[in-house]
Amino acid sequence: MTAKKKTNEIDTSTMVKNPPKKFHHPYDELLRKYAIPTIYCPGCGIGTTIQAFLEAITKYTDIPHENIVVISGIGCTGRASGYINLDGFHAIHGRAIPFASGVEIARPDIKPVIISGDGDLFSIGMGHLAHAARRNIDMTVIVINNSIYGLTGGQDAPTTPVGALTKTTPYGKISYPFNLSQIAIANGATFCARYTVYEFTPLAKAIARGMNHQGFSFIEVISNCHVNFGRRNNLGDAIAMRKQFKKARVRMTEKDINKDWHKTDIEFKVGVGFTKIPTGIFLEEKERPIEFSERIVNAYEIKKS
Amino acid sequence: MEVHQHPEKKYYLITDESRCKGCGLCIAFCPKNCLGFSDEYNDKGWRVAKMQRMRDCIKCYMCERSCPDFAIFIDENEQTEKEELLKEEKTQEEKKN
Repeated sequence: MTAKKKTNEIDTSTMVKNPPKKFHHPYDELLRKYAIPTIYCPGCGIGTTIQAFLEAITKYTDIPHENIVVISGIGCTGRASGYINLDGFHAIHGRAIPFASGVEIARPDIKPVIISGDGDLFSIGMGHLAHAARRNIDMTVIVINNSIYGLTGGQDAPTTPVGALTKTTPYGKISYPFNLSQIAIANGATFCARYTVYEFTPLAKAIARGMNHQGFSFIEVISNCHVNFGRRNNLGDAIAMRKQFKKARVRMTEKDINKDWHKTDIEFKVGVGFTKIPTGIFLEEKERPIEFSERIVNAYEIKKS
Repeated sequence: MEVHQHPEKKYYLITDESRCKGCGLCIAFCPKNCLGFSDEYNDKGWRVAKMQRMRDCIKCYMCERSCPDFAIFIDENEQTEKEELLKEEKTQEEKKN
């Protein structure tokens, strides 16, 4: 067997000039078409994550679309609720989780999904996330981690790795970054997963599994901000950064980690880029603690009797 | 919109020029090197990606899933797919017999 050589000749004979019907994207019904093209930079990982979410709710779960609410905070990622044609809310800075808690307590049959960035949920909204995880409120949190404050122009964020050059740390960052999955697990999340934007299908399946899970589920998506983070650290464009994610990812399961959460740390070398990104489903508690809205119902019943 | 049809399997691949931003992710991740940049520019000034060698396409959905702007997608022809499945089943049964 000899492999076919890659050719660069353009073949236009397969083009259909009078198409038999009007074609539209499979997820066009779930998008607000007047808002597209999106405002994101070419090659941004947020668009891919939105597509993975839409794939999850159409293919891998049976939750009806009327029962899903998309809530987002401030930042580039905050615009996700404006592009998805479901019930949604664009909350104020860092307060996406309090709004979702209210939705869940008022209507326990509704599944709130939060799509927001690391700057929104882990710098200003950190306390809300910790307390929502502690109460085990039934919601799905999708954090798109691009390791920088992208919208405001590339300042140093709590997720920026040591030594990385940013606008506010021109000689390299000194302090250590957060490990977001570790924080969520430590505060009591009952489902935790991490994937990079390169792994589209496992990401979609993990989102669906998190939505089917009763309780606080946390999904971290490692994304590329090639405009503000990659450019200053010589990581190249969107294609180069995604190829780096492909090389650096290490698939881990619950057994590999064995409750030693330091194994899930992301490694970054100055001048080289990401050298190790552990991905996979880190935690799924099957003997779950009772979630918050059920407890409220139980408390009412005790009061009545 | 530019529509291409696979000569044997009859499914369509559509590229939407009005949405494309020319990031090149679909071109980089295509395992068969089917896609490429065209010489045309769209209304916003981006150089758009287009299907250039449809005969090599294997319908792996890598371009559709990697696209952040919903600009490239595959339209399956359901009838021909069902026929293909039936054919495969028949051939497998014949082999067993």
